[in-house]
Amino acid sequence: MAWFKKVRKPIESPSDKPSRVPEGLWVKCPSCAEILYNKDLVASLNVCTKCAHHFRVGATERLRMLFDKAWEEYDEGLQSTDPLKFIDTKPYRKRLDASIAATGLNDAVICATGHINGIETSVASMEYGFIGGSMGVVVGEKITRAIERAIDRRLPVVIVSSSGGARMMEGALSLMQMAKISAALARLDRAKLPYISVLTDPTTGGVTASFAMLGDVIIAEPKALIGFAGPRVIEQTIRQKLPEGFQRSEFLLERGMIDLIVDRREMKDAVARVLRFGTPAREARAAAVAAASIAAAAALPVSVAELAPPKP
Amino acid sequence: MPELLEFEEPVGVLLKEIEALSMLPKTPERERSIESLRRRADEIRGEIYATLTPWQRVLVARHPNRPNTLDYVERLFTNFDELHGDRRFADDHAIVTGIAEYKGQAVAIVGHQKGRDTKQKIFRNFGYARPEGYRKALRVLQFAQKFSRPVVVFIDTPAAYPGMESEERGVAEAIAVNLREMMMIEVPIVVIVCGEGGSGGALGIAIGDRVLMQEFSVYSVIPPEGCAAILWRDANRKVEAADALKITATDMLALGLIDGIIPEPSGGAHNDYDAATALVDQALSQALADMAPLTGEERLEARYMKFRRMGEEGTAFTDTAAAPEA
Ligand SMILES: [Zn+2]
Repeated sequence: MAWFKKVRKPIESPSDKPSRVPEGLWVKCPSCAEILYNKDLVASLNVCTKCAHHFRVGATERLRMLFDKAWEEYDEGLQSTDPLKFIDTKPYRKRLDASIAATGLNDAVICATGHINGIETSVASMEYGFIGGSMGVVVGEKITRAIERAIDRRLPVVIVSSSGGARMMEGALSLMQMAKISAALARLDRAKLPYISVLTDPTTGGVTASFAMLGDVIIAEPKALIGFAGPRVIEQTIRQKLPEGFQRSEFLLERGMIDLIVDRREMKDAVARVLRFGTPAREARAAAVAAASIAAAAALPVSVAELAPPKP
Repeated sequence: MPELLEFEEPVGVLLKEIEALSMLPKTPERERSIESLRRRADEIRGEIYATLTPWQRVLVARHPNRPNTLDYVERLFTNFDELHGDRRFADDHAIVTGIAEYKGQAVAIVGHQKGRDTKQKIFRNFGYARPEGYRKALRVLQFAQKFSRPVVVFIDTPAAYPGMESEERGVAEAIAVNLREMMMIEVPIVVIVCGEGGSGGALGIAIGDRVLMQEFSVYSVIPPEGCAAILWRDANRKVEAADALKITATDMLALGLIDGIIPEPSGGAHNDYDAATALVDQALSQALADMAPLTGEERLEARYMKFRRMGEEGTAFTDTAAAPEA
């Protein structure tokens, strides 16, 4: 039913994303047309200083915004082996290599542990610039490990989503990552550890229909596109245009699907407040002690790449 | 004459001949010719079905006469009572749920239902379930769990319904919650993909201890037409897309994503309902027997590990320095 008419293109090279902050000294806001000084924009976490338009940000920038200081990255070397040997108009292997070269990442997520206002947290941050943030076996495996790591070490979990959904080029293997991550979240849930899902523009498809909608608390950035089917697929199904704002954060809040909409500049504190709520007093005290000791050792430079990854 | 698929043309020619002969007055000689033509048609059909391409399997999986959930329910179970509604918004007709008996044992049943004629198709929304369907399914799964009854699930959907009301009522949330909660339902769950395993719309009720696919069913992350439209920018490249996506039962088994294949009668399940049912029956009773000795905890652990391992082989560390300790 109209599926086949789908023309949305999820595979963008990182350079043709309209909402991303381009190189250069001055940036024009796509929302209010204000000319912004790039340095000011970066200082306001890539939020337009005039109209609060949220530019898309990469996975690494996102971690920098959330964590107090350096973080420990895990499984960064994990790469897809192109299990289906998938070829469409060009080999998937070539798409992978191009994305790896463009983003400096091996796949569409970074998983790390670090402190958010003193609370040690296992965080997964998705990279939309890597094949549309799509979820294949590497994203599935890394996020699952991040959740299992949290269960082992009794840490809360934060996942920042930014994804077009499951990665077609890994076929049903991608689909099953929805089940795999949700299974790990079931265990996290039963272990009474908090999970905060942060939704950013865009979060659609199989990512929405699995971990993105399973947060104890779901926080979205303003005006982010969040949905299961893409807007064009829906328009083709119902043969009419969607109303303004359909599938945007504000719409989801109104429909009862998400808990909060938070400006990126307030995000870290909002996340930390929920984390504190979800951390029993005893563990919170331990976190405070740990935070103090880390602060004491703050002079120590942490090279993310050199840290030995732990057991999966 | 039964509805034939494009690649069944050689069979169609023979069937037409048989039809023509049947209209003439009966003679022993004509009876013999009809009999031999019938055998020949079966033979050719068998040969065609032995070498179906992935796209041809999609057509078989979508065949309007392919036996569906209610066809199997009618033939495999007794005392079926359909249970309706998600107790929140509505009763979704694209997912059927209920209670019944299987060889004297109480079981719960969940399955997609596409509908066969135009009226039924509209009533069933062509098998495109809305959030209510997933929520109804979970309600019945939890009901089964409460009374330690196994659950049998039939999968046959193109996708979850991509319409406005689906989004408004949270179809993504409904599927996501099922994925999480079905991992924690302690009773045995046997999933049988009997037609189209359409993406998240299928997976939303397809978590189980045994996930079996009928020989000519398909399971895909996206319909081949949709994939072709996006990656090839041409929906007509669906044949190549079907190939590349690895959607057949054999592929799915080789990828470690299903637990077994249920054979179908020659010419596909739609060609012989009774034979198809007998083969499903055999696989289902075996699966339930395999799981009966396990405790709920053991089942959950095995179910977790099964899905946990999916895709592991598709990942590798780029360098040994970054690899975790074994
Ligand atoms: Zn602006």
